[in-house]
Amino acid sequence: MTTTVLLFASWADAFGPSLAVELPEGARVADLLDVIGSRAAGRPLPKPMVAVNQRYATPDQVIQVGDEVAIIPPVAGG
Amino acid sequence: MRAALVTRPLDIAALVAEVAHPGTGATTLFVGTVRDQHEGRAVSGIDYEAYGPMALRELETILAEAAERFATDRIVVEHRLGTLAVTEASIAIAVAAPRRVAALEAQRYVIEAVKARVPIFKREHYVDGTRAWVDNRGGSVVATSPTSAVAT
Repeated sequence: MTTTVLLFASWADAFGPSLAVELPEGARVADLLDVIGSRAAGRPLPKPMVAVNQRYATPDQVIQVGDEVAIIPPVAGG
Repeated sequence: MRAALVTRPLDIAALVAEVAHPGTGATTLFVGTVRDQHEGRAVSGIDYEAYGPMALRELETILAEAAERFATDRIVVEHRLGTLAVTEASIAIAVAAPRRVAALEAQRYVIEAVKARVPIFKREHYVDGTRAWVDNRGGSVVATSPTSAVAT
């Protein structure tokens, strides 16, 4: 399945505001991080969190077709 | 309770007025402002951007948590997005409660949770013309144009 991943801050500077990622059915957040990490290899990008449907996700959460997936760089609100 | 992401200057007095209530004896106000230096570098401004829908959802969740813990729902938070100059307010939180301890503790709870959890990002502009994304742990994350990207 192709999942569109939203990007922000330094990640958006590197890849644009979103990235299409091909994932196998049943892929977990950890699998997405592996794919994203390989795309980012060699770039000085901070380790991100992942949000699924606007909530922080754990590494073992399964990504479903149609989920809203986002890469969350270190936050800096306040 | 009310949370908002705004692109206009924050109206501090309006937020204090908004939480006012005859049953409250303590009102606290926190205002976060753009500082003119960061780890020894002179800062001229900050860009704030957000994952808007999630940021608003997290802000609302934090207010609900604070309301339950500190037994007051007289809480409002506004976070500004866009480019801010030094001394401008990026966040304001007003809390009113029957007594001071709840108002002070709820205030602290909300700002610490915002800094830890809400997907808002900032890029500092330095007086020397460079810019960098920074995070709330204090380090520069990634330098951006006009310098080449360098981890620091």
